[in-house]
Amino acid sequence: MSESAFEPKIVGFLCNWCSYRAADLAGTARMKYEPNIRIIRVMCSGRVDPTFVLKALSLGADGVMLAGCHPGECHYIEQNYKTIRRFKMLKHTLRALGIEEERVRLQWASAGEGALLASAINEMVDQVRELGPLHWPGNWADNEGSQDAIQALPREHAEAMEVPA
Amino acid sequence: MTEKVGVYICHCGTNIAGPVDVEEVARWAKENLDGVVLARDYRFMCSSLGQELIQEDIKNEGLTRVVVAACSPHLHEKTFRTACSKIGLNPYLTQMASIREQVSWVTEDRAAATHKAKMMVAGAVRRVQLQEELQPTEVPVNPNTLVVGGGIAGIQAALELADAGHKVFMVEREPSIGGHMAQFDKTFPTLDCAACILTPKMSDVGLHENIELLSYAEVDSLSGFVGNFDVRVRKKARYIDEDACTGCGICIEKCPKKVVDEVFEAGLGYRKAVYRPFPQAIPKFPVIDRDTCIYFERGTCKACEKFCPTEAIDFEQTDTYLDLNVGNVIMATGYDLFDCGKIPQYGYGRLANVFTSLEFERLCNAAGPTEGHILLRDGVTEPKSVGIIHCVGSRDKQHHAYCSAVCCMSALKFGHLVMEKTGAEVYSFYIDMRPLHKNYEEFYDRLLQEGMHFIRGRVAEVTDAARLPGEDGKLIIQAEDTLIGKQRRIPVDMVILLGALQPRFDAKETGLKFGVSAGLDGWFTERHPKLDPVATMTDGVFIAGTCQGPKDIPDSVAQGAAAAARVQGMISKGTVLIEPIVATIEEARCSGCRICNTLCPFNAIEYLEDKAVSYINPALCKGCGTCVAACPAQAISGAHFTNDQIFAEMEGLLYDVIGSNGATVKSPQPALEPA
Repeated sequence: MSESAFEPKIVGFLCNWCSYRAADLAGTARMKYEPNIRIIRVMCSGRVDPTFVLKALSLGADGVMLAGCHPGECHYIEQNYKTIRRFKMLKHTLRALGIEEERVRLQWASAGEGALLASAINEMVDQVRELGPLHWPGNWADNEGSQDAIQALPREHAEAMEVPA
Repeated sequence: MTEKVGVYICHCGTNIAGPVDVEEVARWAKENLDGVVLARDYRFMCSSLGQELIQEDIKNEGLTRVVVAACSPHLHEKTFRTACSKIGLNPYLTQMASIREQVSWVTEDRAAATHKAKMMVAGAVRRVQLQEELQPTEVPVNPNTLVVGGGIAGIQAALELADAGHKVFMVEREPSIGGHMAQFDKTFPTLDCAACILTPKMSDVGLHENIELLSYAEVDSLSGFVGNFDVRVRKKARYIDEDACTGCGICIEKCPKKVVDEVFEAGLGYRKAVYRPFPQAIPKFPVIDRDTCIYFERGTCKACEKFCPTEAIDFEQTDTYLDLNVGNVIMATGYDLFDCGKIPQYGYGRLANVFTSLEFERLCNAAGPTEGHILLRDGVTEPKSVGIIHCVGSRDKQHHAYCSAVCCMSALKFGHLVMEKTGAEVYSFYIDMRPLHKNYEEFYDRLLQEGMHFIRGRVAEVTDAARLPGEDGKLIIQAEDTLIGKQRRIPVDMVILLGALQPRFDAKETGLKFGVSAGLDGWFTERHPKLDPVATMTDGVFIAGTCQGPKDIPDSVAQGAAAAARVQGMISKGTVLIEPIVATIEEARCSGCRICNTLCPFNAIEYLEDKAVSYINPALCKGCGTCVAACPAQAISGAHFTNDQIFAEMEGLLYDVIGSNGATVKSPQPALEPA
């Protein structure tokens, strides 16, 4: 890893029962994967408020991974279905903000799928590395007028949606 | 910051200290992270010396928060929580950073590993300062237990509990308990007769003063929580007054209507419209089958009523509901047999002499339709050769990928019984022989000695289309013998299909009713596949027997006993601690929109009409946090996983971007710290 090369920072939200255990298993099995992901444990992928993802990106993360139990295997019976729905809305919002879809990923990984999780992490890191830095804090939070730009977003969005007469 | 945080970096021998510069992480944490008053690295934090180190620091340095960067919290979170609580620090004021599973074991580059470890420590340090003291709540446990299903697993569980002096309600869907085992003839590998070992247990259940047997009944609904469940049981109308009936059986004798017994006799035998599934049925009371009874069909007959000596027949009976209160539930709802007709090339339902394993059990059983004579479908001819096909519907990606666990041994048992009773040649078509348990391999050896033929290969087809001499009038089994690499056609008189064990047809609804999840294959999911095999994610609901996955009788009995032991543990403790990681609603913020109400699969959220706000029952809440994320007013907060705590952890994890005080580091593209 040379110092000049861009190394993305990925925040991962992993559910306590399946995906965090998949990460445990990847560790126990000594599967090597990219060090770019930093993991937050939540009890269920259903706990992940889409604003967590926006918050992570706005703080300087270049990508966010959500991981949970496979549909039908949720430890809370069906809460990951709610994650699916929210994830769709989240992607919609990100599109509106002009953020590439590949910066967020929803990954199912059961407690036995350490290898799957590790390869998903590698894949995502590669993708985001390809995309380059998000520069959210750099472009918006630090630069003059960035707050105005954020405030203007809804108006610009509405204008963009308007059909010219 | 007013909190005093102690940071402990574990070497885990060389597991962490090898790939991560632990001294550097400790030094960095002490120098850079707000709130950290001391940071130590130690060889084994989980050792008693390591724990004492933390305890000494809490005592001497006045630590108010503890961060341990070591292995996964799934391994040692409890260890460190307990260590802290012993010295008076609330256990929920500790936090672990998993720098072994998530860093040292998975990262090749030492500099990158050390950097990632620092960021994870920063996340934990930020988070721990916002963590709050939590206390588990204690609720009493009702000593009564509900056992659902009266097969061998349920029977074992009920007897264990009842013998220990606890009240048990057993709910059984069929008119009699006994389950699949009551249908079997012999049990492998000892060949003792199933009825001989099962019926004494059944009558123990029927006679036990601590067991209330509710047969021909189903659980209608379950609500409440561990220690305090409310159960509503629907007792289906038997049309027999159980108080008056003596079980003499005259009604059965006099009933003029004969119907095919699809359940107990697997369609091979007959029963009356008023019936007991089998002579040793427990309870002894018969049931009038409303769908076939002449009186219910045409309005006349009542032969049974005329002859009943105790006037126990009651055609006016209706379904009744019973409300029970129990502390724990054991589910032993069993399995269904795979519908072998789904594999048409094996001919079941089309070729008369293709039988399922359950049909064969009944043929073999001395109390069965042929009185134990192994006969072809015509009812007179003994087979001279029999083919047994393993893995019908199991180990088959088109049906069930799993192994049904019992079929190999059933095949050996069937082979023995056929040879013993008829002297016929027996061919077994297997993929792999899996005689896994005690004395099973020896039984396999015995069958090899007895001359049973074993052909390794999945059967392609069973057909009656004769092609070669000697095949006329036979069923021909076409299979590849993979051990000699040749196609073989074996003509036989009878084929037995060892159908897969599959989840009950209504397992999904049952699971929802009891708050038990199921895997993709439909079996109920245990809390931990290895270390917690009978508990489920719903506290106070346990699973035993084949509803959890295919297993044989010894394993079902073991699980039944295990579930009973778990329940007994709860009963003798008397109270249960409920995890404080639950969501709560701040009434002042709740607008009563009720978005959260429908999100909870545990029905923990109710709407309080009088206050026009929603309320979360802490005893029902499992703490998943889905409602927390959904509340538009942020009126719901999830203990130990609050928004602030998660944001703080996020800020810590991104320390290299945003620095220590929360302000974003100027460089939009900060390079990783050099080693």
